[in-house]
Amino acid sequence: MVYENPEGIRIGLEIHAQLNKLKTKMFCGCSSDYHNAAPNTHTCPICLGLPGTLPVLNKKAVEAAIKVGLALEGEIAEETQFHRKNYFYPDLPKGFQVTQYDFPIVSKGKVVIEGEDGEHLIGITRAHMEEDPGKLVHLGSIEKSKGVLINYNRSGMSLIEIVTEPDMRTPKEARRFLDKFRNILEYLDVFDGNLEGAMRVDANVSVYWGTRVEIKNISSHKGVERALLYEIMRQKNVIRHGGKITQETRHFDEGRGVTISLRTKEEAEDYRYFREPDLMPTRVAGWIPSVRETLPELPDAKRARFIEEYCITDMHARALTSKIMLADFYESICAKGLDPKIAATWTADVLLGELNYRDLAISSYNGKKIVFINTKGTEIETSFKVSDMVELVPLFAEGKISDRSAVEVIRSILDSKGAKSPSQIIEEKGLSKAEDDLVSKVVAETIAENMGAVQDYLGGAEKSLNFLVGQVMKKTKGTADAKTAREFLLKGLKG
Amino acid sequence: MAKWMSVAQVKEQIEESSAEEVISSYLEAIRKSKINGYITVSEKAIEQAKKIDNEGQDGLLAGVPIAIKDNISVRGLPNSCGSRILEGYIPPFNAHVVEKLLVAGAIILGKTNMDEFAMGSSTETSYFGPTANPWDLERVPGGSSGGSAAVVAAGEAPFALGSDTGGSVRCPAAFCGVVGLKPTYGIVSRYGVVAYANSLEQVGPLANNVADIAILMDVIAGYDRRDSTSIDRKIAYQKALVDDVKGLKIGIPKEFFGEGIHPDVEKVVWNSIHKYESLGATWEEVSMPNIKYALASYYIIAMSEASSNLARFDGTRYGFRKSGENWNAMVSKTRYEGFGTEVKRRILLGTYALSAGYHDKYYLKALKVRTLVKQDFDKALAKIDLLMAPTMPNPAFKIGEKIEDPLTLYLSDVNTCPINLAGVPSISISCGFTDGLPIGLQIIGKPFDELTVLRAAYTFEQNTDYHTKRPLEVA
Repeated sequence: MVYENPEGIRIGLEIHAQLNKLKTKMFCGCSSDYHNAAPNTHTCPICLGLPGTLPVLNKKAVEAAIKVGLALEGEIAEETQFHRKNYFYPDLPKGFQVTQYDFPIVSKGKVVIEGEDGEHLIGITRAHMEEDPGKLVHLGSIEKSKGVLINYNRSGMSLIEIVTEPDMRTPKEARRFLDKFRNILEYLDVFDGNLEGAMRVDANVSVYWGTRVEIKNISSHKGVERALLYEIMRQKNVIRHGGKITQETRHFDEGRGVTISLRTKEEAEDYRYFREPDLMPTRVAGWIPSVRETLPELPDAKRARFIEEYCITDMHARALTSKIMLADFYESICAKGLDPKIAATWTADVLLGELNYRDLAISSYNGKKIVFINTKGTEIETSFKVSDMVELVPLFAEGKISDRSAVEVIRSILDSKGAKSPSQIIEEKGLSKAEDDLVSKVVAETIAENMGAVQDYLGGAEKSLNFLVGQVMKKTKGTADAKTAREFLLKGLKG
Repeated sequence: MAKWMSVAQVKEQIEESSAEEVISSYLEAIRKSKINGYITVSEKAIEQAKKIDNEGQDGLLAGVPIAIKDNISVRGLPNSCGSRILEGYIPPFNAHVVEKLLVAGAIILGKTNMDEFAMGSSTETSYFGPTANPWDLERVPGGSSGGSAAVVAAGEAPFALGSDTGGSVRCPAAFCGVVGLKPTYGIVSRYGVVAYANSLEQVGPLANNVADIAILMDVIAGYDRRDSTSIDRKIAYQKALVDDVKGLKIGIPKEFFGEGIHPDVEKVVWNSIHKYESLGATWEEVSMPNIKYALASYYIIAMSEASSNLARFDGTRYGFRKSGENWNAMVSKTRYEGFGTEVKRRILLGTYALSAGYHDKYYLKALKVRTLVKQDFDKALAKIDLLMAPTMPNPAFKIGEKIEDPLTLYLSDVNTCPINLAGVPSISISCGFTDGLPIGLQIIGKPFDELTVLRAAYTFEQNTDYHTKRPLEVA
């Protein structure tokens, strides 16, 4: 099957990702770890742009950019240099942004995504390094703000900006690309997507192979998908009514789910790029081999290996490799001797499902314990240990607890903020699988207490058996095995 | 206490009396000043002198006072750059060169007047009013480091730091009859020096004699990791203080003796060249055909870089602010009232030269010319050791005489700005007088060959007495 792209939709993305795993900022020694700090406490004369200060390039930032370039299978420039992008804005302390222009560190890469018709190639035009501006904090809403405060903690953070070819054909493909790109950055250990403002996206979109419109500064992957859905509908409507699409920049209003015109092409800014005279061109050719050696196994390779090595389904492998820390967690429990297929089910289906239901994201994994945070905040919410899974899965596999109880144990561990162990929970909640003696005793009681239902069943109403099974489960608090309960009931009813 | 002292004499004086007394005598001279050379005088200078007297200091410049141009950051002292827009701004850090001076025990007397953001050749564009030339109080001291040159010439500091983007150390040195060095680009860290045109400028010393220039270079030069254009070379500058030019090959670029040169300047400079000849050097004419484009190239590059460098002065974080109904209006009003006419002119021209549609025609072309000018220097200096030329085409002019005519003023940089395009070292020394006004001889060397430049300058000084002449108006 080939996706025909009947509406001639072309989507290209420009993604700014903060290299927020680096210890220091791009051109000064200020710590990158500002996310929980008071405003303007992670600043120095350099990132505040005080007169007389000069930038010194953070070598680690360049290495991280090279790493990203290699992961995107791009060409790495042998020599790279910086330019100034000149414009006035209160969050920009120097009145220009140090960025890259005609000598980006990376060009011509590619990423394979799961497209509308199977594997789909997205071309990467370029990737370049630049510094982040500060952040404006509006008092109240943007429209009715009484004033604006500026927090320069973010000023001078290292960003990598990647520009894709307009190779995505649906908003869903754009979303998938973003998920994949984020996943790659996290595999490379240069990026933590959970931190506020870590990734910002501009999306270009056109319909019927026509004029493109740019939507600026969308802060979430879901927002990109929504903005594109709206914008495609808007463009099609304009054309249906005989109108023309004008080249312009639009803003996505997350609240209302609509895009609003910001400026047309004629109003486009002239950034007066010129080479940053305070930074010499940097020859990076010699760094590439050593950076290449540090490249980890990337998502696609890991997925293929999981399928091969652990004999799990593509769906499970995809889910398990969708987060580097989840993949590591899975491999740790497999290494402890668990059956990889059962481990995959309990990790990918049950644990991951529970996390999605609770809006939890993985924040760290240290080889023993995986920590989750609420995606709406940074506070540590809960955790789950390798030992929890190692203890729990055999209990289920050996029939010592029911699958319903095992799910209950996982939920309880998450509820306890990772404090309780499976055995503790099984004990507290009495989740050990009921012995057959107990089940047969409860079955006898149930038959005695529900003569109405028994009569119905014997009269041919088969559904009444389900009711009786339910009663047995209720009386045993779910510890009975449903199959055993049914067998015993059938026996009792016949007798 | 003598009014004009060399560093060696200052050190003797400190030995005989105390650093406190030496500093007091300079502060007294500054109080009586007729030239408006300082924007800020340090209130801590006396305290620091007392501390050195009490605790001792073994640095090369222990207790020796120095004046600093007001675009070089000194923690705790205002750093105005001669502009209103930096009103109230006090840097929380020291420039690299200031750190070096403090470690060497120097005492900062104060911050000197300058053309606003170093844009000018007369110190008349300063928000704090012009500085007078000690040789004739009605005349300009040159610029943009006019304050630094004038206070040295007037005996209000034994030496000083300036900055040289297109001649800003050498021009005032020539007009005030002192010595001024523009080092090779990359030899002195620019960290803490407020940028006018980053790719062109260097901090440079000004003094009454070549030996003091060498001492100062020994203190301020050297690698600094905070300046990515800094170069790691260890040079002992005082080793250059040798009275010998025998066998030295001097090139005379005829393009530096072009139209508009004052006949007395030409005569005095040729006399100096013949003096070198009599001391055993040889000279030959050399041709540098692209020099005629240097001035245009220099101004386009300098203004372009400046238009970007000065964007940070928006009233948002520090300095002067004029309120407006919104941020854009505030920035416009702040910059309109905070910058002077010449600064605004250069920002506008630089912005224009970098704009889409003009970038290639002006900025890019200027960069290409810069490469050609550099090649001219490479070629000329391949065959000879030094180039010599007049620093300025004319002696100091009257205050107000040229300020209304920016083009004429720009033309006065014709002999100094090519050196900055090429990044080579160049010194200006006093080599004679016309109508009581000093004339500067410019000695240009190979990149990183400050030693030959200093040796030639030192030899001239040892065999002439121009550097001992003092402006009696301020005596």
